[in-house]
Order: sequence, then structure tokens, then C-alpha cells
Amino acid sequence: MVEAFYNWIIQFFEIEQSAFIYFVSIVAMILVIVLPLLIAVAFAVYFDRKIWAAVQMRRGPNVVGPFGLLQSFADGLKLFLKETIIPSGANKVIFLMAPMITFTLALIAWAVIPFGEGMAIANLNVGILYVLAMSSLGVYGIIMSGWASNSRYAFLGAMRSAAQMVSYEVSIGFVLVCVLMAVGSLNLSDVVLAQEGGILDWYIWPFFPIYVIFFISTLAETNRPPFDLPEAEAELVAGYQVEYSSMAFALFFLGEYANILLMSAVMAILFFGGWYAPIEALDFIPGWIWLLAKTAFGFWMISMVKAFVPRYRYDQLMRLGWKVFLPISLFLVVAYAGLLIAFDKLPS
Amino acid sequence: MNNFAQAAKGLLLLEFLKAFWLSIKYMVAPKVTINYPYEKGPLSPRFRGEHALRRYPSGEERCIACKLCEAICPAQAITIEAEPREDGSRRTTRYDIDMTKCIYCGFCQEACPVDAIVEGPNFEFAAETRAELMYDKDKLLANGARWEREIAMNIAADAPYR
Repeated sequence: MVEAFYNWIIQFFEIEQSAFIYFVSIVAMILVIVLPLLIAVAFAVYFDRKIWAAVQMRRGPNVVGPFGLLQSFADGLKLFLKETIIPSGANKVIFLMAPMITFTLALIAWAVIPFGEGMAIANLNVGILYVLAMSSLGVYGIIMSGWASNSRYAFLGAMRSAAQMVSYEVSIGFVLVCVLMAVGSLNLSDVVLAQEGGILDWYIWPFFPIYVIFFISTLAETNRPPFDLPEAEAELVAGYQVEYSSMAFALFFLGEYANILLMSAVMAILFFGGWYAPIEALDFIPGWIWLLAKTAFGFWMISMVKAFVPRYRYDQLMRLGWKVFLPISLFLVVAYAGLLIAFDKLPS
Repeated sequence: MNNFAQAAKGLLLLEFLKAFWLSIKYMVAPKVTINYPYEKGPLSPRFRGEHALRRYPSGEERCIACKLCEAICPAQAITIEAEPREDGSRRTTRYDIDMTKCIYCGFCQEACPVDAIVEGPNFEFAAETRAELMYDKDKLLANGARWEREIAMNIAADAPYR
């Protein structure tokens, strides 16, 4: 995508190739991804609130703009205008760095998401590992914020979050191994290409148990209910976010939702055929719209879960992660490996 | 066997799927909340909201400065000063209600022998400053003029039960 844009600039303006133009085209491509992403995040927050409201038979935000569509922007403006409070006991540098790290990490993982054939900023051959690495690094933002806040609540929230994200990453890893065995590549574009065809070729059908585990681990990975222990309002007020205000809080919030969207997009790529249309008659609609629709579907499911589940207790969470998900996903790896060999479906 | 059934149920996420289906059903169900600032719920005729001082249809103030409301007010939110008018009738020169003290018990309107002080149906009188909630006689009479129709209707609706 960057190369194509770079070549287009060179030809259109008839200028010589240079590292600077290449840099400019990289930055332009990043903006092309990040700006719509941030707007999407704002709307994701709005849709999230609307969905819970609908499930609880309420109306949700409906005053700012038509149907309340501008609610998130009003909230953002409010946060922007607020005072940034830094607790006197806090480690200022780390305290301010933590939300930036969370936010940045939530954004950079999008570099490898293919929005269409060849439409990824970086068509990495280890795309899935990159996404896993970036979402694992997200723990650092939370731990740093919890540590630097110098507050019990924040620290407890950070500890819980770290333990939770590490535990569920393990089963996400095994889950991915199953899919990757069938694809034969770590490249996210290859994963989608392996699902070419209609809705019946998507990996959701052969890999349904894997999908369920991935979905639930995603909830834990993104600190969504029923696994939102890090910010359990009832006992920890807001967990690691408790000392944050203004833009620092907004960055955490945006990062969290960008992460949820990222995991929805990864879900769409791994199990719902990425940019492919469900039936071939609908191929005329551009691939990125299909990816967007599938991501929205994943987001809808994640959002619905928040509306009807109670929060897990911490020990239940750990038990589920290590005693249920880990053995099941290990078993599934072996089972799928066996099935792939038995049916001779291994990619050459 | 029972344990096995339990484990199978948990593993197949039956409860989870049921809950998911239920919440989808509720998601498309009609909303039970009203669109508040634009549409409002019904109020009882006995609703005790913002105070108002009423007048007779002739335009004469009802209040005769008997101070029963001031005496009965459990929050001591009412302050009344009175002296005879030129024509000899006793009238208030000052009738203040501290709306921040008022507990909206309705004793003042119960005590009033002439239905002068009443609590009307208005509950949307939030103010941005504390001073705006210190109501004086002019404010209360203005409320009376503004809400007279509703207040008269409410009193008429409630009269058979008194």
C-alpha cells in the first residue's frame, strides 16, 4: 500500500525518488488509517452505549446531534477542556507516559491489518505475531499507570489486569496456532486469502470451538465484562484509571476502544473471511466495507456481552483461564493437527 | 452423572447463549423509558412541586398573613412579615421561602385556610446559583400567575377527597 502510494506520487508529480518522499508517503498512509480509526472509535463508544441502552430498554444518548451521534465528540471536548491532575505522590514521567503507551500500542497494531487485497500498511510475514506482541505490550501501559499513580486502587487494578492479560494471552496463542496450521502462514493477508470464496469457506465453520475460545479470551484481553476486573467499579473505583483525568484519561479510553476494534478486526480476519463478501453476488462492494461490517459485527457481539453478564470474581477468572481454557485450547491444537493430517488438508 | 451434565452445560455455554438470545430479544423490544425533556410522564394532582402564591379571580391576593404556614413549616423555610394595608386588611409585606431548606412536605398548603400558598406541578426549577432559590413574594406571585390554571385544576380534582 505504501509502495503503491509512493510510486503514484513519484509518477503524478514527476519527481525523483527520494527517502523523504517515501517517508511522506508512509506518514500519509498512517494518517489514512489512523484518522478514520479515531473517528470509528468515537462512534464505537456511542454504539456501545446505544446497544447497552437498547438491551436494557433505555434510549441511550440521543440529545447531541441527530440520534445523539455527536455524543462522543461532546464528551471528548469536555475531557479535552478539563484540567490534567497529577497526584503529588505520583511519578510524573511514568504517570504521563502510561496513557500515551497504551494509546500508541492500540494504534500501531493496525499497521498489519489488511483492509483489502494488498491494502495493509505493512504486509508483514509475521503479522499475527506482531498483533499478539502489540496487544501483550499493552500490559505495560496499565502496569506503569498503576505503579506511577501511587494509589492502592490503581495498583490493585494494574496487578489484576497484568495477571489477566498474561493468562488469556496463552490461550489466544494456542487458538491462533490452530488457525495458522490450516493456513500455513503468519501473514494476515494469507489468512484471508485461505478463506477465499463465500460464507461457507470462512474459518468460523471448521474452527467454531476455536472461535468461541478466541472470543471469550478477547473479552479478557481487552478488559471487557465479564472480565473487567481491572476497573471493577464496585471494589476498585476505576482500577488503574482512577487517578487520571482530562486527556490522559481520554487516551486510556480511546486506547481501550481501539483495542476492542482491533480484536474485532482480527476476529473478522481470522474467522469471518476478512475482506471477502459472504456471497459472490455481493463482490462489487469494496473489500474494506466488508471488513468494516464484519468488525462491526464482532464489536456488536462484544458489546452485547457487557449488557448481560455479571462480573467474574478474580479467582474464578484465573481458574477459567488456567484450568479450563488452557487445557481445552491445548487439546484443540492436538485435535486439529490430527484432523488436518487425517484429512490431508495441511498446507504444503 | 449430574456433575457430568453440569460440566457439559458449562462447556457448551448454554446459559451464555440463552442470555445472548434473551438480550437480543430485549434489544429490539420497545423502549420503556420516555424521552424526558421532550415528553413527560403523568403527575398526580397531589404532586408537590414548586411553590406559588395564588390570587382571587378579582386579582386580590389570597394570603391574609395568618402565618400558619410559617408556624407549621418543619424546615422553617418560610419567613413572613405583615402589617395592615391602607384599607385596613392585613397583608404580607414579605413572604420568603428558602427553597434550599424546603423539604416539599406540603404542610404549608395543608395549613393555609385560604388556599393561598400551594405547591404546584412544576418540578423543573433548577437554578445555577444559590441566590436564585431564595424565593420572595414577587417570585411566588409570579409563579401563581404562571401556574394558576394547572393549580386550580389540581385542587378541583383533589377536592372530593378532602
